[in-house]
Amino acid sequence: MTRPMLEAESVSVAYGKVEAVRGISLTVEPGRLVTVLGANGAGKTTLLNALMGVLPARGAIRFEGRDLTRLPVEARVAQGLSLIPERRELFSTMTVEDNLKLGAFRFRGTGGGGDIGEMYRLFPRLAERRRQHAGTLSGGERQMLAMARALMGRPRLLMLDEPSLGLAPLIVAEVMRTVARLRDEGVAILLVEQNARAALQIADHGYVLDGGTVVLEGDSRTLQTDARVVETYLGVLAADDAAAPPNRVASGR
Amino acid sequence: MDATILLLLLQDGVVNGAIYALIALSLVLVFTVTRVILIPQGEFVAYGALTLASLEAGTLPGTVPLLLGLGACAFLADCAEARHNLDGRALLRFGLRDLALPGVVAVIAWLLAPTKPGLPVEILLTLVIVTPMGGFLHAVAFRPLAHASVLVLLIASVGVHLALTGLGLVFFGAEGSRTPPLSEASFPAGPLLVSGQSLWMIGLTLAIIVALWLFFSRTLLGKALIATAVNRLGARLMGIAPSLAGRLSFSVAAFIGALSGVLIAPLTTVYYDTGFLIGLKGFVAAIIGGLASYPAAAAAALLVGIIESVASFEASAFKEVIVFMAIIPVLLWRSLRSAPVEDEE
Ligand SMILES: Nc1ncnc2c1ncn2[C@@H]1O[C@H](COP(=O)(O)OP(=O)(O)OP(=O)(O)O)[C@@H](O)[C@H]1O
Ligand SMILES: [Mg+2]
Repeated sequence: MTRPMLEAESVSVAYGKVEAVRGISLTVEPGRLVTVLGANGAGKTTLLNALMGVLPARGAIRFEGRDLTRLPVEARVAQGLSLIPERRELFSTMTVEDNLKLGAFRFRGTGGGGDIGEMYRLFPRLAERRRQHAGTLSGGERQMLAMARALMGRPRLLMLDEPSLGLAPLIVAEVMRTVARLRDEGVAILLVEQNARAALQIADHGYVLDGGTVVLEGDSRTLQTDARVVETYLGVLAADDAAAPPNRVASGR
Repeated sequence: MDATILLLLLQDGVVNGAIYALIALSLVLVFTVTRVILIPQGEFVAYGALTLASLEAGTLPGTVPLLLGLGACAFLADCAEARHNLDGRALLRFGLRDLALPGVVAVIAWLLAPTKPGLPVEILLTLVIVTPMGGFLHAVAFRPLAHASVLVLLIASVGVHLALTGLGLVFFGAEGSRTPPLSEASFPAGPLLVSGQSLWMIGLTLAIIVALWLFFSRTLLGKALIATAVNRLGARLMGIAPSLAGRLSFSVAAFIGALSGVLIAPLTTVYYDTGFLIGLKGFVAAIIGGLASYPAAAAAALLVGIIESVASFEASAFKEVIVFMAIIPVLLWRSLRSAPVEDEE
């Protein structure tokens, strides 16, 4: 068995007295794409923030065997972790290009960061808007910038909090392809998504959260056909998403 | 008041305004990056002036032992901060930054001071002595409060100001000092006589403004400071530690403060507590700029300088009152015009 890249052991996070994440254990193997699914308020964002060090957590978090639990956010970034947060946290009064340059801050002075030209090839919309302030971008463009900015830091483990939020279906597919390609390039990925179908299609492994705990875990093929997942996430989505073409899961019912 | 007097007052106002502008710019920088309203900025000015005066007199400035002491405190604070992952490399880094650097500066000052090496070297030495104090103060007094509210930070800031004023009295005594001008030359310009000193002051102020602009627009470190000001969490997620940004902005503030002190030292007798009033006028300008806009703060600083010089001619007893009252209409206007600023975090 390969040594896990990220290992969380009974991680709990509380907001005051309310425990939003209760004893979650999870592992991400090197080069794997792991997805975390769950309804609104299940604790997905809280979990990612705890793994990144944005929120204090109880339990143990290890990255390549090193204990991260006491390290601040920026020290975890230095180890190669990266989080694209739910609210993106772009530098709104700075240009697109400056946002990208800052993405490579951890390689300051060593020239080791990502290549801005490569990001512009990946997201041509950003190239057109390179001198525009990040705050003036459209919702979708902001998502692209958040993704490109994170990639500039050449993360070894990338955590994404709902990258498809508010994106047109075509762009969602594009984003998912990019995420899958990153995995193929060897970046370990932890992907939080509402769009369960899209996430499970590219993921190797998945966790389902409810009420702050893991209620289901398995490889993505199993999850795709699991009655509970189909019922709660895929089924609902298929019903909501009338424009989507009929798919395996729906026809399988 | 005739035109010549007005011109004279304007000249005076612009020269003083240049100093207030430097102070206002560093206040804006420190506030946007760390949310600290840097009341002790004035102490850096006084330390700069008094350090230069000591060096002029051929004695070791009181700021040298102060620097060593602050460095030692900062070393302890750094170790406490990093206690959970303190290794040899971290210790070495802290030791170099907090103990070795002030030590080297102290030895150089101790060797050079009795030789009276001349004004340019003395000014350089002054800047080298005072600038690291900014970072040390941040580590000792403000970094542990990184998550506190603006009000708590302000209280800490007042505390640091009082402490530094007291230390100024201990290390420099109650006597004031004055230094010779940077240049004895003067140039006739119409009815005015422009002194070389005032040209130096305006020129150096412009140079600092240009240097700051280049730093923020051309260097990644400068952009990281802006990024921290714009979105602290976003910056942390890029690996920009708030403590790095804080230390850097405090060091810049100390540097600018010390330089301001060097510039005003020939114009007025500086005592250990003179800095406060100068800092307060820079603060008025920074407030007029909303503690956010560099150009607005610099422009307001010129205005403060001019108001002050006109007021000191027309009603010299009320000079300070008039300057500080100028803030009231501005605050009214700002509060009517803009929604209240939320105290985020
Ligand atoms: N700052 C906070 N203070 C108090 N409670 C919070 C805070 N942030 C989140 N919570 C609560 O914690 C629970 C989990 O929230 P979280 O944001 O992690 O959910 P999520 O799974 O990311 O949901 P979504 O899919 O809507 O983004 C929710 O019940 C939420 O109300
Ligand atoms: Mg969420």
